[in-house]
Amino acid sequence: MLGKTANGLYWMSRYLERAENTSRLVETGQRIGLTRLGQDDDEWASVMQSASVLAGYQEHHDEVTKDAAINWMLREKANPASVLSTISEARQNARMVRTALTHEVWEAINGCYMAVKDALARKVSERDLPAVLGLIRQRTALVRGATHGTMLRNEIYDFTRTGTFLERADATARILDVKYYVLLPSAFAVGSSIDNVHWETILRSVSARGGFRMAYGSQVNARDIAQFLILDKRMPRSLNFCATKIHNNLSYLGADYDTPPQSSLMSKTLVERFMNHNIDDVFEYGLHEYIQTVLSMLGKLGQQIEKDYRFYE
Amino acid sequence: MSEKNIFDEMWGSDDVLRSPYSEFQSWFQGEDLKRLRAKQREAEEVFRLAGITFNVYGRAEAEERLIPFDIIPRIIAGREWQRLCKGIEQRVRAINAFLHDIYNRQEIIKAGRVPQEMIAKNEAFLPQMIGMTPPGGVYTHIVGIDLVRTGPDQFYVLEDNARTPSGVSYMLENRETMLQMFPELFSRNRVQPVQNYPTNLRRSLAACAPPACEGTPTVAVLTPGIYNSAYYEHAFLADQMGVELVEGHDLRVVNGRVAMRTTHGYKPIDVLYRRIDDDFLDPLNFNPESALGVPGIMDVYRAGGITIANAPGTGIADDKAIYSYMPDIVEFYTGEKAILENVPTWRCSEPDSLAYVLDNLSELVVKEVHGSGGYGMLIGPTSSKKEIEEFRKKLTARPGNYIAQPTLALSTVPIFTKTGLAPRHVDLRPFVLCSPEGINITPGGLTRVALEKGSLVVNSSQGGGTKDTWVLED
Repeated sequence: MLGKTANGLYWMSRYLERAENTSRLVETGQRIGLTRLGQDDDEWASVMQSASVLAGYQEHHDEVTKDAAINWMLREKANPASVLSTISEARQNARMVRTALTHEVWEAINGCYMAVKDALARKVSERDLPAVLGLIRQRTALVRGATHGTMLRNEIYDFTRTGTFLERADATARILDVKYYVLLPSAFAVGSSIDNVHWETILRSVSARGGFRMAYGSQVNARDIAQFLILDKRMPRSLNFCATKIHNNLSYLGADYDTPPQSSLMSKTLVERFMNHNIDDVFEYGLHEYIQTVLSMLGKLGQQIEKDYRFYE
Repeated sequence: MSEKNIFDEMWGSDDVLRSPYSEFQSWFQGEDLKRLRAKQREAEEVFRLAGITFNVYGRAEAEERLIPFDIIPRIIAGREWQRLCKGIEQRVRAINAFLHDIYNRQEIIKAGRVPQEMIAKNEAFLPQMIGMTPPGGVYTHIVGIDLVRTGPDQFYVLEDNARTPSGVSYMLENRETMLQMFPELFSRNRVQPVQNYPTNLRRSLAACAPPACEGTPTVAVLTPGIYNSAYYEHAFLADQMGVELVEGHDLRVVNGRVAMRTTHGYKPIDVLYRRIDDDFLDPLNFNPESALGVPGIMDVYRAGGITIANAPGTGIADDKAIYSYMPDIVEFYTGEKAILENVPTWRCSEPDSLAYVLDNLSELVVKEVHGSGGYGMLIGPTSSKKEIEEFRKKLTARPGNYIAQPTLALSTVPIFTKTGLAPRHVDLRPFVLCSPEGINITPGGLTRVALEKGSLVVNSSQGGGTKDTWVLED
């Protein structure tokens, strides 16, 4: 496979995943905002921080308002992580690697782009927001379904999966990085309604409310949330789940080489040293330091993958 | 249905249904216009979703546009097609022989059939190709011959496309769309398939592998990238052939071969189907500013390390100034009269011709020798006096830059309009593959249609559309 193709597949998947993550965070912000009476728009700064788009927002705006935040996250061209920007990038990458995709996957991505571009052509009013977010969710799910259902399980698939899970691990780690303080043991005892809101925000941000209830029942506490989002092996957005998937896919890719590429070794380290613990070890290590270390390792891993597989000249 | 003096391919010149259209007509009569209108919209949706778009140069916002597709097929009888094929094959053989001659012994110039200055002063002539014979002796691996029709048996070659003819993806996608939308029409008519084109293209390219090739030839398609107007086609062909689609920055010369950067390191390419112009192919040998090509590829080519399809320098054969010599060229190399006629052409470089052209501007079509895409031309009969006078100035200033032809009464084929069928002018580009194994012509081709009533300009950049082209089994 061409290095350029590997690059395109990897970034196509990262951008698609990023679009989903951003729209999910918008959904979370909207939902929390509606259910917290008498509060200001503070939540939106935190939501944008979780999506890593706050700094860019502040360059263009003096204050944080709900409308401007939603607009920034969904459709601003100046925001490279807005849903519209990321879907366009995903589609541009897909065009570049058109020959590596099945007809179904390409049409799903192109259709996703056309529908989302159409839906985001104008500012989205509050009454239209649920429908637009629903459309984004459905269209991206269709791409995932087409990928899952029609692509050969070969290196093409491995690169798309690597991109997906690297982006997802990064997103989960960033949400934890922003909200880590509400998960600290010192906060355990508080149990106020404010904490409940924070916890709900975290779970919603990773589409994990239902999953959490299934695994832990209806009693929510910070320790279980941390365990679920970081170490759980079943939760498809936990750091452990994503890191394991990254490592598996890099191992399939590396199997064709006489000596395993550096990135395979790095993902192995990530899984072995950071994912095989219980949550108390993590707290002992320091939750914030732990998350920061994982984020930094994910960043380096991404760079190493680009080198190992000759994405660029 | 037909206009006076114009040959309609469905209704002839005297409103009698022609036989290739008989099954179609009986089907159409049973159809509901409302359903067909829905089908026309459905076709557009199919094209849009598949991303079958082209980019219009010089328009940032318009980005990607659809070429309008008309759902009424153009139908050609098998025996009509056979005759055309003979003419096309003869012409393509002559073009290849001409190219070999021009870059080697130049017999045709010595024989005085083509003037020396037509070649020497021509920008399409590449001195880098002198004395070089491409692998398999093939110069034009892929050719598109543009044909127009003026009567039941009268076809003319409008131009030869011997560089990188495009449009074949439309031929294939148009058919695919028609098969999906009107399966019943294909049950009633025995339409010769076009779907083998990608397989034939790959086989044909592989048959021209260079001396350095070991084992199964590795083929790749070279594109300028996703912003090129024909990118869809490049990706489509690579996909259908099952070969890599590469850009200049994926390639470099490694150990005397042109190689592509893969996830496992550099891998040599044997046959490169390039969809970039000669000038951009190699910054070391041609335009030094080019970022689209591969530095040093010409040296590898001359050393037998790669096959470039089409060969560099083939433009000398499809230049509009050379076009007027084609009947001589065909006769010179095949020893036979040309089966397909040229449109009579005045070379404005010649004083007598220029005088005639200037006197008859309002009746002629005047074209730039190096122009393409329907730009920079004058269609006398449909131009205003002012336009003609402005053109007269340009022509007088640089006569050698122009040729002129009579305005042909191009045939019409019905298109589907809101109120039913209506005749529109068309041309036809069949696609031809050349290899040492022989010449292969796909039955059908790209029919371009001027969607505006009375218009003779079929170019997609000027608002033309396309149609599925059927060749029937007789």
